Amino acid sequence: MILLAYIVALSALIASALLVYGLKRMSSPVTAVSGIVTAGWGMLFVVAASFLQIFSVSDAARPHIVVNVILAVLALVIGGGWAGWKGRSVAMTAMPQMVALFNGMGGGAAAAVSVIALTGPKDTGIGQLLVTVAGGLIGSMSLSGSLIAWAKLDGRMNKPIRFGGQRIVNAAFFMLTVLLGVMAVAQYHQPGGGLFALLFFMGALLCGICMTVPIGGADMPVVISLYNAFTGLAVGLEGYVMADPALMIAGMVVGSAGTLLTVMMAKGMNRSITNVLFSNFGEATAAAATGPQKEAKSVAAGDAATTMRYASTVIIVPGYGLAVAQAQGKLYEFVKLLQAAGVDVKFAIHPVAGRMPGHMNVLLAEAGVPYDMIYDMDDINDSFADTDVALIIGANDVVNPSARTDKSSPIYGMPILNADKARQVFVIKRGMGMGYSAVQNPLFFQDNCAMVFGDAQAVLSKMVEAVKGLAAS
Amino acid sequence: MITAMTFVIALYIFMLAAFTGYEVISRVPSILHTPLMSGSNFVHGIVVVGALGALFNASSVLEQVVGFLGVMLGAGNVVGGYVVTDRMLAMFKPSTKPATPASGAKS
Repeated sequence: MILLAYIVALSALIASALLVYGLKRMSSPVTAVSGIVTAGWGMLFVVAASFLQIFSVSDAARPHIVVNVILAVLALVIGGGWAGWKGRSVAMTAMPQMVALFNGMGGGAAAAVSVIALTGPKDTGIGQLLVTVAGGLIGSMSLSGSLIAWAKLDGRMNKPIRFGGQRIVNAAFFMLTVLLGVMAVAQYHQPGGGLFALLFFMGALLCGICMTVPIGGADMPVVISLYNAFTGLAVGLEGYVMADPALMIAGMVVGSAGTLLTVMMAKGMNRSITNVLFSNFGEATAAAATGPQKEAKSVAAGDAATTMRYASTVIIVPGYGLAVAQAQGKLYEFVKLLQAAGVDVKFAIHPVAGRMPGHMNVLLAEAGVPYDMIYDMDDINDSFADTDVALIIGANDVVNPSARTDKSSPIYGMPILNADKARQVFVIKRGMGMGYSAVQNPLFFQDNCAMVFGDAQAVLSKMVEAVKGLAAS
Repeated sequence: MITAMTFVIALYIFMLAAFTGYEVISRVPSILHTPLMSGSNFVHGIVVVGALGALFNASSVLEQVVGFLGVMLGAGNVVGGYVVTDRMLAMFKPSTKPATPASGAKS
């Protein structure tokens, strides 16, 4: 049995090394694919090795071991099968909510481990119990919070729920939940302890809901990333309770990496995390939107395409609207025609384009756009002034110049793409509706800007035809 | 069972792992933020191992039910996280290779 314990422990060591190394390889586009495969092998290895534990279970569990193993295999097949099918079939545009859902499941698993530790055999020390409660609290909040984030991104829950004094109520409720957790530990050996544990977990789930419902949909990516870090932390803490260093390492690596990722995302929107979580962003915007109304110029798709065909440099600013219209493929077809005509075409991606940082890159990559044509905001922002045409498709807030100038604007201070500085700006947009943050965009009324109204897919089809027509004549 | 030394060793593991996570992520181009969030989401799916341990040691119906749920959720986290990350990363191709449109999307 000692040998068995060594095998289990050493396989966990190898697995954590593979997981961390895989994550490291995922952080560069060249090695990223091999990174996830490396991490995948690590995970497969450690899950397989964990089945060796069935030979060393506690005496109390020995009579149930056959049932337990059957349950385990069933759970693995059901959970893994469902998630695998879902993950494979989901559309790329719906990826953020899928990540939220899978993250919530991880939080739920951590919470389940915590439940068992809190209600299980009565020989756990008080320090371990407190860690269990902390992990259970974070895991449960991550579960329910991620589910709310999923519902919001999936369009099942459109309005943020806010009321006066919400923060105070939430804080008080959180304190009460922590108190219930402490009571559950204090009453651990008493028969009433289970009741406290039950109340504690219900409270923790409600805390996650309360924390997430007031946050607007535009901030959900940051929130998901935060819950990702939360789940990592919860897994690390439960790893301590289970005396499993692999869980501790993998959990804590994700906890800190996820926190850093969250900070980087928030920075991309020029907000702090506390600002995202506790400010009611987008509330005073209805008033700001009724500013001076000028008439925006509009231009036919064919004319805009002709202008771009004879330009020497074009920068394309894609937004979520492009993905909604499923027009990435059409766009790349148009871009290839421009390139064939000798036009220098680049893509400029705002850090929060799409619904998550990097989401737009994925959507463009899906259409086959090579990633070396795609530029980050910092690398391309100075080039707009020397650019003939900036083509904005389905983006709005990320090119709104009032973020630079208008202090009363809710998006003031957010770094934006300087598309307004290009010699000519074309905006493909369905109508004059506002962006996700519901702020009016003065760019549309600038002299160098012309709107191409219509669905992105239809407009780009017309543009492709127009350029082909030019080549034929 | 838990001595002062093992407790401190646990803290060391946490500390070093936290630094590791920070280092691994700190110089990532923003184009990889979404796949990386998904990738780290996959990595914390290792919680399924903890859930499996708890389920194997279950001795009451409550523990079996909760353990079953835990393993199921954890397995979902692992498999879903892997599939989604793999699908996203498969799409990153440099232009030196001939661009084959949307071959990564299997749906």
